[in-house]
This record gives sequence, structure tokens and C-alpha cells, in this order.
Amino acid sequence: MKPFYAVLGVVVVAGAGWLVWASRTTPAAPPATSGPVPVAADGFRGYVLGSDSAPVEVVEYADFQCPHCGEFAVLQLPTIRQQLIATGKLRWRLRDYPIGNFPWSRVSALAAHCAGEQGKFWPMADTLFLTQSQWGRSSRDPSGYFRDLARGLNLDRDKFDACLASARYAGRIEASHQEGEARGVTGTPTFFVNGRPWPDERNVSSDRFKQVVDSVIAARHKR
Amino acid sequence: MRHRQTIALLALIGFFIALYLWLYKIGAIGVLKCGSGACEAVQTSRWADFLGAPVALYGVVGYAVLFLVALVGAQPAFATRRAPTVILAVLASSGLLFTLYLTYLELAVIHAICRWCVGSAVIITVIWVVSMSGLKTWGAGGVGVAQEDRLPVSLPPP
Repeated sequence: MKPFYAVLGVVVVAGAGWLVWASRTTPAAPPATSGPVPVAADGFRGYVLGSDSAPVEVVEYADFQCPHCGEFAVLQLPTIRQQLIATGKLRWRLRDYPIGNFPWSRVSALAAHCAGEQGKFWPMADTLFLTQSQWGRSSRDPSGYFRDLARGLNLDRDKFDACLASARYAGRIEASHQEGEARGVTGTPTFFVNGRPWPDERNVSSDRFKQVVDSVIAARHKR
Repeated sequence: MRHRQTIALLALIGFFIALYLWLYKIGAIGVLKCGSGACEAVQTSRWADFLGAPVALYGVVGYAVLFLVALVGAQPAFATRRAPTVILAVLASSGLLFTLYLTYLELAVIHAICRWCVGSAVIITVIWVVSMSGLKTWGAGGVGVAQEDRLPVSLPPP
């Protein structure tokens, strides 16, 4: 029996040590409060579209209220999804970069994360961009409009409301914003391709994305 | 005895995995060590809750109960009793069925595989195999059956 208890003891010590290590190396976001927005380093790395094994990753820093982001999401991203993401060439990672001069940037980002909590981040993100002109120009808090969008996406409204009211993911959003600042992001949308800044600031068409992604893949094959 | 010790050990490992996922779910751990991001997709999906409680919490409780039953059953005082083996088999079977359901959700609905969930699935499967093996051993008249299942017999004086 003694070796059995010795092994159990080892597992307990190792398991407890591992949990302590995990909680210290990836600290959690502080709980949402009604005061200042919490600044968090919760380690969340953004919602991702596409295969884990895709050879190219694009990180987009976006603001749901930014018109350029909306235009890009509605006009270019569907083609990029079809030609590059669905074919396994590209993985897309969306990061929040709420811009200070848009009043509803953060609440719209919260709405997307609250939908993500129920597995519908991307449908909500698409809808937010698509309907941006309807809620983005309003002088009133568009939370009620977002609740209607949530209902349209068949989300559990009570959960969504509670999530939105508690600003549960404010820490994540702020951490993403700080990450963007650290990478030199000053406006949206800003793109990084496999960690490098987008090479052609004036051209963010789907065709240009295809060129860049294909050239990155071709360069990898040559090595 | 040996199968109960094995189950106790495996349940303890499973307990820590489930506890890790639950701590993430309640916000005590910021990000899962997953490698692919798929764990987060699974853990933040709507299916990460079952009947109003996080799925990981069911794992924590389930593994804790398995561990305690196996540990008590491994004590010498319970070595001759069949009940712990039967309880372990019932618990392991329930856990396996629940795990099959969750694995189906990962593969067919969420389309993401969480490595920790796979680890837990492997552990509960092994626990189920060991528990069935233990049940079979008892049924075949293995260790302890004689003392517990036979009626006390008074031999007539010679």
C-alpha cells in the first residue's frame, strides 16, 4: 500500500503545483466592475478563423465602429474567406482595437465577445459590421440594438444581457488594445502578416491579400 | 484491490485536468495552455455548460467521487466488499457516456478539439476498462468474493 500512497502524493503535489504555475503565468482578467474599465493581461489571443495549420496568419486590429473596418469586413473579407481561409492557406485572427473617438467601440466589442461566449462571435462580428451605419451613427447607447441582433442570432438573451451589463470581457478588449499599441497600431484596420506589418497600407483589397499570401507561401516552398 | 488503486490514481489525474478547465471557466486562469486555440473555442462555446453548470465542474465532481470511492474501496477494511467495485463501474459508465456525448459535440458541432478534453476522455475510458475488468474479476470469484458473497456456514461438529 505504501508505494500507492507515495504515487498519489506525487500526483497531488505535481497537480497542485501545475495549477499554481498556470494561474501565475496566465493571470486572469479581474472581475468586471462598475468603475473604471479593468486593465487585464488575460492572455486571450483573439478569435480565429481558419485552420490551425494554415501557413499564413493575418492579425487584424479592428474597431467595430470604424467605417474603414466595416467597409473592409463587408466588401473584402468574404472573398478572403472564400479564396484563402476556406482553402487552408490563411488563418485570420481578429483583435480589438477600440479607437477613442468612437463612442460605441467598446460596447460593440463587448457585444461581439458576449456572442462569442455562446459560440457566435463571427456571426455577431459580421452583423455588427454589416449594420454599422444603423447603430454607429446613433447618439444613444446601442446596447438595446445589440440585444435585438443577439435575438436575431438565436442567442440566449438573458445570458447575453448579463454578459453585456457586467462588461465581463472589458479586460480582454483593453488588453488587446494595449497589445496593439505596443505593436505600433495607430488606426484601424491594421494588419500583420505572419507577425510583419502589412506591406501595402493603401491597398487592402482581397486581390492584394491573395498576392501577399501566395508570395509568402511561395517563399516558404523555396526554402 | 489493484484495480481500485489504479482507478484512484487515474481519477486523481482526471480531477486535476477538470479542475484546470473549471478554473479557466470561472476566470481564475487567463488562458488555456492548448497550443492551437481550439481549447478556448470549446470552452467558450455554448456547449461548455450543461444544465446550467460548467461541464468542467461535472468533471471535477465526477472525478472527485470516483477518487474517493476508489480510495475507500482500496482500504483493507473494504477489500472484501463488492460494493465499491460495482459503484465504480456505474460511475465510470456514466462518465464514459457523458464523455462520448461531449466528444460528439466537439467533432460534429463545435468542430474543434480541446486537448485537455481528449486527455480526460482517455482517462475516463481507461477507468471504465479497469472498472469493467474489476467487475469481471469479482463475478468470476476473484479476490474477496468468498468472504462477502457467501452465506456464513456453520460446519457441523465432527
